[in-house]
Amino acid sequence: MLSLWLNVVASGILMGLVYGLVALGLTIIFGVMRVVNFAHGEMVVFGVYIGYWSVRMWEVPIIAAAALAAAVMFVFGYFLEKLIVKRFVNSPHHYQFIVFIGLSLLFSGILLVAFGPDPRPTASQLSFRTVSIGILTLDLARLQAAGVAGLLIVMLGAYLKYSSFGRSLRAAANNRLGGLIVGLIIPRIYAITFGIGAACAGVAGALISPLFDAQPYLAMDFTLLAFVTVIVGGLGSFGGALLGGLTIGVAEAVAALMFSPSMKTALPYALLIIILIFRPRGFFGVREV
Amino acid sequence: MSEKFNKAAETKRWIAGAIVFVILGLVGALSNSYIVSLMTIVLLFTFMGQSWNLMLGIGGQLSIGHALFVGLGAYSVGVLYLKYGISPWIGLLAGMVIAGSVGAVLAWLSFRFEVHGIYFALLTIAAAEFARIMFSGWEFVGAMQGLFFPAPTGEVDISMLRGGARFYYFVALALAAIGIAGTELISRSYLGYVWRAMRDDDEAARALGVRTFRHKILVISISAASAAAGGGILALVQGAIFPDSIMGMGISVDVLIGPVVGGLGTAFGPLVGSLAAIPLNHLMGALGDSLGIPGLNNIAYGVILISVVWFLPDGIWPAVVRGYAAIKGSLFARPLKLRKAEE
Repeated sequence: MLSLWLNVVASGILMGLVYGLVALGLTIIFGVMRVVNFAHGEMVVFGVYIGYWSVRMWEVPIIAAAALAAAVMFVFGYFLEKLIVKRFVNSPHHYQFIVFIGLSLLFSGILLVAFGPDPRPTASQLSFRTVSIGILTLDLARLQAAGVAGLLIVMLGAYLKYSSFGRSLRAAANNRLGGLIVGLIIPRIYAITFGIGAACAGVAGALISPLFDAQPYLAMDFTLLAFVTVIVGGLGSFGGALLGGLTIGVAEAVAALMFSPSMKTALPYALLIIILIFRPRGFFGVREV
Repeated sequence: MSEKFNKAAETKRWIAGAIVFVILGLVGALSNSYIVSLMTIVLLFTFMGQSWNLMLGIGGQLSIGHALFVGLGAYSVGVLYLKYGISPWIGLLAGMVIAGSVGAVLAWLSFRFEVHGIYFALLTIAAAEFARIMFSGWEFVGAMQGLFFPAPTGEVDISMLRGGARFYYFVALALAAIGIAGTELISRSYLGYVWRAMRDDDEAARALGVRTFRHKILVISISAASAAAGGGILALVQGAIFPDSIMGMGISVDVLIGPVVGGLGTAFGPLVGSLAAIPLNHLMGALGDSLGIPGLNNIAYGVILISVVWFLPDGIWPAVVRGYAAIKGSLFARPLKLRKAEE
């Protein structure tokens, strides 16, 4: 019994790291630009398809597929910001929200046109291999995904903290006007920020492609999951996204074990409602919105 | 939004509205069954869009989870009628009371703890999704298999709100008329001024003695109750209720697309927007089906939403009004200028 629980919690933590990476993308975009990327789930699904096709066509390891997804989605996010998002950065929140709902519909439509509504099972060899560590038995795919996600989170955190671009990005997040005064090129920072956010989503998508069947309708679930995660952690907080991801990952796994699989999907929302009511800004939310 | 209200212009507006509805009535009486069923949906979403519009366009509170209220209305009608044989009129009323109270509780909880803006919008999505998942697992209301109304016999029974497609068209038309007239009346009343003040500047409104906390709860529960009424009729029109289609994000988006496209905060905006967006959506859907390409309707909706906010941020209807005023202005301005030149 104990080993079952430990296994469930461990696999929840592994999923939680991936959720953390997805949420990190959302939270960086919000923290710097103050926009809520409602199309985040679609970007994850783009990543899933990139992972699916590159593994399928070139039989590359999933890590190479993740690197490809990162590159493609960074460029995608960069130009999306340059072309569309930047026009709405200063509009009222509800206009931004509506634009992003529009983007999300547009992308999900494009996914449907390109790949059709049917799920594509990605059962590769990787999906079935397991690793035993003591009493824990873990999916290799899950372990790999979590490992890469965890590494990326740490690297991104270090980059934002110590590099010169990271400092200017945080400065822009902290005080846009101040940043402009000291000579930061805010439009460039915004575009790169959006690129980084999209890349986080894309990488996470590629990493989980062996675990989920690729299909366009996953997008909404991922968007909502990312929202729940960042709000639990606190919109705009780096550590919060990670903590939120782990909380949701473990809570989901435990709920699936204790109640029923349908409770697994309901629990994050219940958690979100409770947290919004008692700690409206999440565990480490930024004060001002 | 600083319209000047004067008596003559107001009478003109009411007459124009009445003419529009007489034309819509003729459309319902004369056109074929495809147009009637499409227009029924347009009118229902006009009404539900109007309820959403009341909340954001006048009350200033963004909801992306209106499907929750629509679904509660639909399930109230469905469960009472199908399980207990109670008239949908009572079901509608029950749905409005339930949705209104849920909206009020949600608003109370969130504004009590200063959850507002984006966080409130996200809370509405979370509540709607939570409810959808709960209803999907609830056997009593049919779970994923849904609830089905018996096929219409074509006989009109007003006490049970049952009838054919044309009957529901006129029900939807009546609802849309109530929605538009109601918004017009509310926005000219004390409440309308208070809500707009609250929308534009919460602190200033409070400083003037408006109890914004209560008014937010009020506007949200009125909006929720009217969305539920629309949802109840939508369930009867569609003849079936599934949790994913009546409480899913799709409904929340369909509800907000009319007012956003047509013009936020205006009385006619949701009608204009629904008339523009919903037939296009159906057309693209049908085109996609016949070509074997799903997703065209999503692309159409996406492009419409982005381009409206981009090019016409206050919607189609205000742009039409401005255009009309400009034409009228130039027509009347010319004789005036000529006269001046003569002098």
